[in-house]
Amino acid sequence: MNIALIAIIAVGGLGAILGVIIGIIAKAFAVEVDERIEGVEDRLPGANCGGCGYAGCSDFAKGVVAEKAVPGECPVCSADDVRSIAEYLGIVAEEKEKMVAVVRCSGDCANTVRSLYNGVRDCRSAVLVAGGAKGCDYGCLGFGSCADACPFGAIEIRDGLAVVHADLCVGCENCVAACPKDLIIMTPAAVDVHVYCNSPEKGAAKRQVCKTACIACRKCVKASGEEDYMLVDGFLIRTNYENPPPPDLVEASACPTSALRLGTKHAAGAYEGASK
Amino acid sequence: MSEKPRKFKGGVHPNDSKALSKSSPIQDAPLLETYKVIMHQNIGAPPELVVKKGDAVKKGDLLAKAGGFVSVPLHAPTSGTVKAIDKCPGPTGMAVPSIEITADGEDEWGATFEPITDWKNCDPAVLKQRVWDAGIVGMGGAGFPAHVKLSPPEGKVIDTLILNGAECEPYLTADHRIMLEQAEDVVLGAAIIARILGLETAVIGVEENKPDAISQLTEIAGKYNVTVQALPVNYPQGAEKQLIYAITGREVPIGKLPMDVNCVVQNVASAVAIAEAVVKGRPSIDRITTVTGKPVVNPGNWRFRLGTPIEKALELVGGVNTQPAKLLLGGPMMGIAQSSLGVTIMKNTSGILLVAADEVSLYTSEPCIRCGRCVEVCPMSILPATISQAVENKRFDWAEELNVMACIECGSCSYVCPSHRPLNQHFKRGKIEIQAQLRKKK
Repeated sequence: MNIALIAIIAVGGLGAILGVIIGIIAKAFAVEVDERIEGVEDRLPGANCGGCGYAGCSDFAKGVVAEKAVPGECPVCSADDVRSIAEYLGIVAEEKEKMVAVVRCSGDCANTVRSLYNGVRDCRSAVLVAGGAKGCDYGCLGFGSCADACPFGAIEIRDGLAVVHADLCVGCENCVAACPKDLIIMTPAAVDVHVYCNSPEKGAAKRQVCKTACIACRKCVKASGEEDYMLVDGFLIRTNYENPPPPDLVEASACPTSALRLGTKHAAGAYEGASK
Repeated sequence: MSEKPRKFKGGVHPNDSKALSKSSPIQDAPLLETYKVIMHQNIGAPPELVVKKGDAVKKGDLLAKAGGFVSVPLHAPTSGTVKAIDKCPGPTGMAVPSIEITADGEDEWGATFEPITDWKNCDPAVLKQRVWDAGIVGMGGAGFPAHVKLSPPEGKVIDTLILNGAECEPYLTADHRIMLEQAEDVVLGAAIIARILGLETAVIGVEENKPDAISQLTEIAGKYNVTVQALPVNYPQGAEKQLIYAITGREVPIGKLPMDVNCVVQNVASAVAIAEAVVKGRPSIDRITTVTGKPVVNPGNWRFRLGTPIEKALELVGGVNTQPAKLLLGGPMMGIAQSSLGVTIMKNTSGILLVAADEVSLYTSEPCIRCGRCVEVCPMSILPATISQAVENKRFDWAEELNVMACIECGSCSYVCPSHRPLNQHFKRGKIEIQAQLRKKK
């Protein structure tokens, strides 16, 4: 017989036999995968940010299908995304409020006392050396540990100050733990009025080191009238996120140090040379 | 000790610049109007306040009592009134609690301790209690409570007492002057500490670049059965572990203390403070600090009371002739850069160093070129280059595997790094993150 023919029959036959064996084993030992997991994963943003507490989007999708998590727990999903997942799974989507990060400091290079710092460009490392480069013990160091932690590029370091762009922020909270000064809080995206200061020191002490510190003059509290839009916390005023102030409160209270700001205007860099 | 001292592995030889201040005798700083005494001056628990605003205090009166075993009391540096319990800038840049005292100008002693002149026959426990009551901490820089080192736990045998007079840190000359001018007290302190530990002898280790101090001490050391050991000049010769190795040949294992190799190390300035506390009944209310650097008009060694602001201290010594570019508390290798002149003298402030603009440069950290010079000079035989990369990438578990915890923060690696990498700062960060993780696990 022709040698080539023998080879073709032998290899072809072997291939056919092995193929049948593989086919049988694949059927016998098949792992049942809920196809809905893939369906949910397709509808998730795929950012793998970990903001939900699961190890990435695929893991979260498993959690959702197993009814251990609800679609709304994904911080990146828009309301529409959540609705589409809920519709796909045939469950009722809970309405969720979008949260965004706010860095409670407005002390950029122009407005704060700073010393020269020539060490590791990382906030946590800087804190170990003379508390960083700022006169204020509580302010943003501006070396961008939060910006490094943000998977969405929502934090910009502008003139030595971390500024959150609320339109890019999805609320994954990765930045919150990165800040050694605990400056970052999560706030409802619908609220635009924030106090950009977190120093509990007395007003005079704050003004020595920062032009845009909240000095607790309470103009904003008075401008709120009967409403408790603004809360007094020692020598610091905080926004009451339970009863958020309307955006025109900023104009009405005419904050003398411009620590009270509109988040959108702050992100756009509209508060230059702030102190009056 | 006749044996030739051993040379530890690694180390560097920076220009010591000690000539600026080493021949200037110790002078007493004049009395100021106000002192801001920082509350927490020791490693361990902060002391508990016992005075309140408006209280009248005499010099040496208790301001705060020890807040635990690893803690020491704090005493008033002069007589006057407590003006405020406030905050002042601390050496790490953050505001820290402080006690502001307005001096009345009398500088009158309050009720001090009973002097123990017959310390040779005194119960060691009484002597140890005195060291604690007098608020003495390690004055070489660490600020570790002295009485804790003198209390080895049961089962630990101490057979060697070493007094650290190496003063390897460049620029600083305070210990040098103490050994020259207060040699009697140094040796007496050594003998008292030896008595507390139940030892007959003590060794004072001094670097060879201080021959006058060595001969001065040798002359009187025999009186109390103390020996003086000249040590080769090599930074960081004065680091505890390197000193123990040079004198006894014992290596302190990673994570262990000198008492694990049967040694106790005390700084010479602490020994003087202990001698004064015992035989004169004097609490720790001042210290000798070197004020030096190119911009300083009269570099010298001064006895400052605790709570003297750096600003006042510089004025007292005659000010500066050029605008300094950098201010450090401590020496150039291990000192901490300051951003405020309001920081006050603490029990462990061994030096105030001003650096002129033409002596410093602003470097940028470049990538590691794997030259290995840091590995060569590291006295702890760890791998600075690799550890710095681990910390930079937040791989603290890896840094721990590489024994970052063994780092003594001497700064030799940063000193030699041709890429100007801030290695020491990386290690400090790594150590703090690892300690924080350990605390979380507990």
